[in-house]
Amino acid sequence: MAPSLTVGVPRLAFAGEVLFESFRFRLEGGRWTCLLGPSGVGKTTLLRLIAGLQPGALVATEDGRGLEGRLALMAQQDLLLPWLTVLDNVLLGHRLRGERRERRLVEEACRLLAELGLEGQLHALPATLSGGMRQRVALARTLLEGRPVVLMDEPFSALDAITRHRLQDLAARYLDHHTVLLVTHSPLEALRLGHRVCVMAGRPVQLREIEVPISPIPRDPADPLLLRLEAELLRELARSDAEMERRSCASSGR
Amino acid sequence: MRVLRPLTTAAGLLAVWEAGVRLAELPPYILPGPVAVAGALLARADLLARHAGITLAEILLGMLLGSLVGTASAVLLAAFAPLRRWLLPVLVVSQALPVFALAPLLVLWFGYGMASKVAMAVLIIYFPVTAAFFDGLRRTEPAWLELARVMNARPHRVLWLIRIPAALPALASGLRVAASVAPIGAVVGEWVGSSAGLGYLMLHANARMQIDLMFAALFLLALTGLALWYAVDRALRRLVFWQKETLSAG
Repeated sequence: MAPSLTVGVPRLAFAGEVLFESFRFRLEGGRWTCLLGPSGVGKTTLLRLIAGLQPGALVATEDGRGLEGRLALMAQQDLLLPWLTVLDNVLLGHRLRGERRERRLVEEACRLLAELGLEGQLHALPATLSGGMRQRVALARTLLEGRPVVLMDEPFSALDAITRHRLQDLAARYLDHHTVLLVTHSPLEALRLGHRVCVMAGRPVQLREIEVPISPIPRDPADPLLLRLEAELLRELARSDAEMERRSCASSGR
Repeated sequence: MRVLRPLTTAAGLLAVWEAGVRLAELPPYILPGPVAVAGALLARADLLARHAGITLAEILLGMLLGSLVGTASAVLLAAFAPLRRWLLPVLVVSQALPVFALAPLLVLWFGYGMASKVAMAVLIIYFPVTAAFFDGLRRTEPAWLELARVMNARPHRVLWLIRIPAALPALASGLRVAASVAPIGAVVGEWVGSSAGLGYLMLHANARMQIDLMFAALFLLALTGLALWYAVDRALRRLVFWQKETLSAG
């Protein structure tokens, strides 16, 4: 069962600017939480704090066990190793842990890559792939880890609209009943995939939760309610974006 | 055209050399013309080939051993932090020592034969190889290491699957430097004390005023160096197959 977890950041400052102060955030077990917010507000930092790549946060799971070995992270860059084929990149986690290369696992990797439209590229090197294809390989690598907690930083950003839609469906199916935190710039994507949608803004960071429909995910993007919510969200994001802008102008002008 | 241009330049320089020698009527024991050198090259082909073979063997053995020892040192230094703290400063300071000054000692210890020349070549290429590879091992893309950390990777697997491959381009630059300095090591070794090899032949010919033979040996030495560099470059391009552009020219 995918655990709920709470992340607390007492205080975190970069270059004299307080990013987080008395910050608390809870991820519901087995649910998708989507995180929106202007660039530079600290979304990626929050992901890194939860993943333990950045010190300064206390992460507590509901079942009391640590997150080690139970978490997968898909960063913004695809981080494919240029000397490994697509298939070997997808199996990287298993190779790094020294697990046996079982046939079942390889078959699952191949099936997953085929679902992602990469069946012809199993033995290709990353340099020969387009940005969108590379992102799909990174997604496959993340999904194949089979971890109950999955953090994803703009996993669909490099994809065209059709592929993005298809991969959102696929990810939602694969990561059903997983504890997922998805960072995105697209309000519609957040509304489509989030059981919960939160907007991050301000210094120090404040979180505001947005009301979303209770319907199961992935939601139909043509739903009028979703489109209305998207318009509201866009307005709100534009406001906090302008504020970030002002703030950075003010601080650079000092 | 790419091959033709440098060849034309070389032919032009040779023509100037020949013309200069003839016009100034330089005696052949001071500066022979390229025609005389070519004559010596053909006339003494057997002798030259025998000595060139020995020098080539010294260079190749030195290259092989030096690269192996240098590569292994870099991996050990990168993998074990205590080793790094104890050895690295000593290693760096040791480079203040001119390796050539050790040549007489090497001859004393390893004798007049090939061993002292191989040791000289090993010593001269060890540091560039170690330094280049170690530097590469230290500069692994941090995001890759973080990915490995989240994946709960085992340290030796990270070294083998990520850090070493990521450092291969750096190792390749080190090996290219090695390929260009290894012949110097071998020849310096031969100059200090030997009974065979192109370096020995050059000294020998020089002392007997057979300057044309000396130039022929020099020509073969340059050719050996070029061939070695080319072969190493080709092999390295294959090793670092994912890198489209390498540091070498061309």
